[in-house]
Amino acid sequence: MSAIAKRIVVGFGRFWWDFLVGDTPELFVAVVAVLVVIALVSVAAGANTWAVALLPVMVIGALATSVRRAANKRP
Amino acid sequence: MFAVTVTTSTFVLVGAVFLACAVEMVEALTIVLAVGHTRGWRSAFEGTAVALVALSALVAVFGPALVHVPLNALRLVVGAVLLIFGLQWLRKAILRSAGLKAKHDEDAAYAEAVAELTNLSPEVNRDRVAFVMAFKGVFLEGLEVVITVLTLGTSAHRLGLAAIVAAIALILVGAIGLAVSRQLSAVPENAMKMGVGVMLVSFGTFWTGEGLRVRWPGSDASLLGFIALYLVVTWLLVGVTRRAMPAATKVAA
Repeated sequence: MSAIAKRIVVGFGRFWWDFLVGDTPELFVAVVAVLVVIALVSVAAGANTWAVALLPVMVIGALATSVRRAANKRP
Repeated sequence: MFAVTVTTSTFVLVGAVFLACAVEMVEALTIVLAVGHTRGWRSAFEGTAVALVALSALVAVFGPALVHVPLNALRLVVGAVLLIFGLQWLRKAILRSAGLKAKHDEDAAYAEAVAELTNLSPEVNRDRVAFVMAFKGVFLEGLEVVITVLTLGTSAHRLGLAAIVAAIALILVGAIGLAVSRQLSAVPENAMKMGVGVMLVSFGTFWTGEGLRVRWPGSDASLLGFIALYLVVTWLLVGVTRRAMPAATKVAA
């Protein structure tokens, strides 16, 4: 791989890492968890009502946890 | 019924794209104005123009390609990206509103860019520093706009509408920005970011569910329910966080 191609690949990877993970890895992990749980509940178990209720609740939980984590970090 | 659902999703799509584009445009414009005022307008405009061409090329390449991705897979990926992106915006806006994070000050950003540029020796004819700084500012902020427009537009099958709204936001903010020049700090950026965050998280929730075969009650109209729910949650989180922090740890706005 040429040096320019390597730089482009590394730059592309770094952009997406910063964009999706950045300084809030807990949000990335939370969204992955949302995908896994809702896939299990909706696709595998076919429990639509549970999926409808769980998805926004998990999103709110992720946001509240991340805000709390940031607030606790401050001296 | 059909008219109602179309209006609901269109209304939310237009609002989300317009606000997201306007916020990013204000940040890019601050950099371009700082470059133009300190190093000259020619290189600032050239950097801006080349960045816009590069962004247009990205849209031209990836826009049509996205249309060929299976809809459920596209909605799942787009939903997840919007959830992450929206939650990041919303978290930042909540921390700023609660006084735990300094608000993005366009005056300070402008002053910082000017200080950085005036320390460098001037170049005759083509100013490389000015060109690169304007290009980077417009390209990086514009990239977020492109991702928002492509993801929201293709998932809703309204890429054309999303692109038109983005163009209108670009022209409007550009015109207003040039008119008020250095008073971009008057733009209520945090409130706009909060609004965009709420809409992106709402779309993210909706598309993630659709991608995972969740049948939302009220179909597209459930988007309005998500917006209302996340607005209330945001308001509560700002209040709770503000009350929980001692005054000494708060950051001046």
